[in-house]
Amino acid sequence: MKWSEFFVTGEPLIYAADVAIVLTMVGIVFVLTYFKKWKWLWNEWLTTVDHKKIGVMYIICAVLMLFRGGVDALLMRAQLTAPNMKFLDAQHYNEIFTTHGTIMILFMAMPFIIGLMNIVVPLQIGARDVAFPYLNALSFWLFFFGALLFNISFVIGGSPDAGWTAYFPLASNEFSHGVGNNYYAVALQISGIGTLMTGINFLVTILKMRAPGMTLMRMPMFTWTILITCVLIIFAFPVLTVALALMTFDRLFDTQFFTMANGGMSMLWANLFWIWGHPEVYIVILPAFGIFSEVVSTFAGKRLFGYKAMVGSIVGIAFLSFIVWVHHFFTMGAGPAVNSAFSITTMAIAIPTGVKIFNWLFTLRKGKIRFTTAMLWSLAFIPNFVIGGVTGVMLAMAAADYQYHNSYFLIAHFHYVLIAGTVFACFAGLHYWYPKMFGHILNERLGKWTFWLFMIGFNICFFPMYFLGLMGMTRRMYTYSEGLGWTPLNVVATVGAALMGIGFIVLCYNIYYSARYGERDMTGDPWNGRTLEWATASPPVHYNFPVTPVVEDLDAYWVMKKKYGGFQVKEEDLKPIHMPSNSGRPFWMSVAFFVAGFGLVFKWFALAIVGALFIVLGLILRSFEDDDGYYIPIDEIKRMERAARKGA
Amino acid sequence: MGEVAHRYDETLPLEYRTQESRLNILGFWIFLGAEVALFATLFATYLVLFQRTGSGPTASELFEVKDVLIETLLLLTSSFTCGLAIFEMRRGRLAGLLAWLLVTLLLGAGFIAFEIREFIHYVHEGATMQTSAFLSSFFVLVGTHGAHVSLGIGWMILIIIQLLQRGFTPKTARKVFIVSLYWHFLDVVWIFIFTLVYLLGMVM
Repeated sequence: MKWSEFFVTGEPLIYAADVAIVLTMVGIVFVLTYFKKWKWLWNEWLTTVDHKKIGVMYIICAVLMLFRGGVDALLMRAQLTAPNMKFLDAQHYNEIFTTHGTIMILFMAMPFIIGLMNIVVPLQIGARDVAFPYLNALSFWLFFFGALLFNISFVIGGSPDAGWTAYFPLASNEFSHGVGNNYYAVALQISGIGTLMTGINFLVTILKMRAPGMTLMRMPMFTWTILITCVLIIFAFPVLTVALALMTFDRLFDTQFFTMANGGMSMLWANLFWIWGHPEVYIVILPAFGIFSEVVSTFAGKRLFGYKAMVGSIVGIAFLSFIVWVHHFFTMGAGPAVNSAFSITTMAIAIPTGVKIFNWLFTLRKGKIRFTTAMLWSLAFIPNFVIGGVTGVMLAMAAADYQYHNSYFLIAHFHYVLIAGTVFACFAGLHYWYPKMFGHILNERLGKWTFWLFMIGFNICFFPMYFLGLMGMTRRMYTYSEGLGWTPLNVVATVGAALMGIGFIVLCYNIYYSARYGERDMTGDPWNGRTLEWATASPPVHYNFPVTPVVEDLDAYWVMKKKYGGFQVKEEDLKPIHMPSNSGRPFWMSVAFFVAGFGLVFKWFALAIVGALFIVLGLILRSFEDDDGYYIPIDEIKRMERAARKGA
Repeated sequence: MGEVAHRYDETLPLEYRTQESRLNILGFWIFLGAEVALFATLFATYLVLFQRTGSGPTASELFEVKDVLIETLLLLTSSFTCGLAIFEMRRGRLAGLLAWLLVTLLLGAGFIAFEIREFIHYVHEGATMQTSAFLSSFFVLVGTHGAHVSLGIGWMILIIIQLLQRGFTPKTARKVFIVSLYWHFLDVVWIFIFTLVYLLGMVM
């Protein structure tokens, strides 16, 4: 392989990106060295097993990936603004819509959700950490290095270009020559393993580590949605693991799974992909429902309406999510009987989802509503998500789908559910739990600017796409001719996308501004919250709770405040607290995964084997490790508690 | 974590006594649930593709009954001896535990040896992973199981070393118990492979 093939060349945008990457890396190294922060970075972050820090790192990555995926989106919008644009060529456009989709789902939505659940779930159930803190760190670093591997593809070797669904035969060696789709197969595999371990970890955590008195039906709704999401992860991600492995075998070792000759079956890929892919969209939407439930209940000042129906409907949605996958390819030749069955199961999902919508509305009814930024995102979610949901039912009608399939109508639909659902929830959750993470509130004025810019921009961008779809514009086309009459609506959509971009910039500025000038949260409970995370200091001490709280009812902290005036800790109840030790092994093992993955992408098998040997070494060292953590003595707990609570 | 994590319950078997062990064992059961999903996907792939032989051999032309029967015998026996190992652990007999683990390990190694022999035989017949969709799915399904067994052998060796170093502790007992769950699971998967791959392949 020549160097000119190794590095992507010939594209001014890519050269600019090369320069930006080098400058950023030099900048980071300089800052860390100049302020002597290397040791701090290693001890406090890279080796941490604290669920709150891991959650923060997930969210930082998610915001960076939102930037990357957002830039991809803006490039696409720029190309489509006017007919016959020459801004991007067809190949570059293919690469950009592929990375946009993959990054937004797997490296933005997933880590954002997983980050929030890392921070919040142990606090909500009154636990000191997750069940397997070491595994949690490994999950994060596998995600991180998987995402890194995927992201370097656009400067080294070339990006995948077969769409985020990577359908065969397009994604085969025959039609995608470069290493791009190898990156897709290997990078998603690495981060997918991390996600699977997160699913197992949080399922055990929620089942086994709840505070005394917290029965399943007293769990906060966010925790409930995470519990069900974990079940989805555990049964859906192995399917992705297998599908990607088969893809890897086809691409690297010339097997015949999805080929066009020797018995291969390309439709098998589509089926496997969506057997994972459909539950996956519920993996990112159910936690979003949980976040909205928490926010709506807190800022309406009321207990969540229809708690049991809410639980029932998430379980129902989770079950249905596994039996709808064929609706992604109604037009690909299944018979009417098959299509009808999947059409009905798909429409059935609207029922439990509708139940949830009405429950949120009834929670708001007669509530004393506070219009905070988090609440605005949650309120905007309801009508916007319903638009996405109703058009989803339109798409679910198999016969009608022949008209909508792969058009901009579909693009508009899934952006309405994923942005109005998941992204709004991530922003709502970020504003809501921000004081818990960092000890200060995100500025509300700037937050509302972000909200209005982004929400209005979102509608301006995506609403016209429904009509573009009905007018015949199909997805993934890199340009169109002038006489089709699509130009005005495309211009409108691009304006909307720009507004969303500005909203994102305001959010980033808000993060900076609030860190410097934001209101400090000295109480630990800035929103008058209802669940146990608000019983801790902001940010919580690393052991979370000095003594394990006792739960008497739903909305545990609300009840404590009413009955006892808050979470009462008597110093004589304190006992030494056991905590897990930090470890650098999850980090370097994930580096080994990265090295092995990079070797596989380029078929440098010697390098892949070296990486694999280090992974095995890490497993052996872990097996022989005899570190049972450490105890925090009572005096130390007293000192830390006083320091954390000095403002209260 | 917290004091709860070290709550010690004398009435339970050694591997269940600490809270940490109970979490680990539950976590491993859930992991096996994910493994069921993984193998189910591989079986589904195989069943979709196994009659799509292209220009390559069909299952009934290819499979070697004798090797497969020996493999089955070895692996099923190893599951029984693994059960005996746990029985010895519950009785508190370290020597018995080690002996039966060693037997299990050797039977597992024998299984792998015969499987490799079987695969080499097929390759010499010209039936490789690249030949047809049937063979791709056959080698990946059976190979994934074989890779699991190999990993299990390596894992068991590590645990035997730890038993020799540390003897019975709640931690080593838990590790033995978990590796035994893994071993039995692989046995169950093999029963499905034997039925759905080899028996079905012979009759169809």
